[in-house]
Amino acid sequence: METITLQKPDSQFLRDVRERSGQEPSNCYQCGNCTAGCPYNFAYDIPVSRIMRLLQLGRRDEILQCKSLWLCATCQSCTTRCPNGIDVARIVDVLRHMAREAGYATERNVKAFGDAFLESVEKHGRVFEVGVVAGYVRKTGRFWTDIELGPKMLPKGKLGLRPHSIQGAEHIARIFRRYRGEPEPAATTGGETK
Amino acid sequence: MTLTIGYYPGCSGAGTSVEYDQSTRAVCARLGVTLRDVPDWSCCGSTPAHTVNHVLSAALSARNLELAAQAGLEVVTTPCPSCLANLRIAGHKMEQPAFRDDVRALLETECETLAETKSTLQVMVEEVGLDEVQARVTKPLAGLRVACYYGCIMNRPPEVMQFDDPEHPMAMDNLLTACGAEVVPFPLKVECCGAAAGMPRKDIVAELSGRLLDTAAGLGVDAIATACPLCQMNLDLRQGQANAARGTRHAIPVFYFTQLMGLAMGLSAREVGLSKLVVNPKPCLERAGLL
Ligand code: SF4
Ligand code: SF4
Repeated sequence: METITLQKPDSQFLRDVRERSGQEPSNCYQCGNCTAGCPYNFAYDIPVSRIMRLLQLGRRDEILQCKSLWLCATCQSCTTRCPNGIDVARIVDVLRHMAREAGYATERNVKAFGDAFLESVEKHGRVFEVGVVAGYVRKTGRFWTDIELGPKMLPKGKLGLRPHSIQGAEHIARIFRRYRGEPEPAATTGGETK
Repeated sequence: MTLTIGYYPGCSGAGTSVEYDQSTRAVCARLGVTLRDVPDWSCCGSTPAHTVNHVLSAALSARNLELAAQAGLEVVTTPCPSCLANLRIAGHKMEQPAFRDDVRALLETECETLAETKSTLQVMVEEVGLDEVQARVTKPLAGLRVACYYGCIMNRPPEVMQFDDPEHPMAMDNLLTACGAEVVPFPLKVECCGAAAGMPRKDIVAELSGRLLDTAAGLGVDAIATACPLCQMNLDLRQGQANAARGTRHAIPVFYFTQLMGLAMGLSAREVGLSKLVVNPKPCLERAGLL
């Protein structure tokens, strides 16, 4: 069994999570309902109710480095079933934001997939599915492990081979740049307001 | 009836779930519901955006709600539960002034009026109504034994979705019953299929979707009806992967509920995009005398 070293709780961490999620982690009384209904529990390294307990104890690093944060699908089962009305899925989402900010991504491929998806949205305004696959393969250096699905999808006309771009694509790109706090490139903003 | 409502197809409606988009439009036309696309709609951000930042996610969604409102559309309907969740959560969170200000700063627009979002499932049940649906049925789905699978987020969290039951939804069951199908009680209605883990962790999808397929097969169903592009893809396109990983040999057709409604209303196989499905649906439809 793993031994647990006593460490000083990171109370600032707890305050941050409380503020960013709008939830009160100390309301959790460890009934385990969330874990019982969590479909991903079989793949988690730390069950979600245990993450709640570690959160109460202010154990920042253990939480931000766990794989569970990246595997959670925001299925909302925990949120729907918590007897104390805690929006557990929102807490997990916020913890994942914090893990990302702290530079942890213990399920690299999950992060790579999300990043490839958002790059596609930033570029075209809508998701271009084939582009997401290409971006994902590039980031992970993995061959497309679903390659056998290609022949199933191509004849169905489901893989659009050209992106749909929208008029507001520049507006979307600007949302991303503002989110990252990047200055506007001087030449590209002329005329378009949407 | 005549009803005009905003329509948000979502990105997959233009790609991997074209048949959902196509059958939704065709069925709405039959039901007298005019769908007006949100002008120049953009991606809602889907799961990746909310896993990065809630303000970014809300900004990507709110752009569409604002464009819809500016086009005079008070209500927007979307068939996709993932879009629905993002659009509704954005609207819900933007009721808080501080959050709204953060979103406005990213969008550089006022966001004064935002359209409300409802699932197409909700519109069909609440605005059109089961009686009206039943009245349009010309080829009842008699003899088709169906499990209705809603996916995890169509009705959850209940405070945001405010429709149907979060644990035991009945909207799709009732619609397909009105279309004459034999709908079986399906205990895993709202269990997750593996969602977007398909590419990075297909082992997880094989496990979770495999459980759904096993349970449906155990109930002796002819088909599964879905309401979500991701669920449909995991259960249909990836059914072979689930079989391979778990040593099963399922060949269960996985329809969008709108395709089955369309068939019941006399639309052709082509009009509801049947050829787009991976597991061949023809044998079960022929057995039920529907093709
Ligand atoms: S939202 Fe995440 S943590 Fe909660 S039950 Fe679903 S997968 Fe598990
Ligand atoms: S369901 Fe709620 S109270 Fe129970 S362990 Fe999970 S978070 Fe804590």
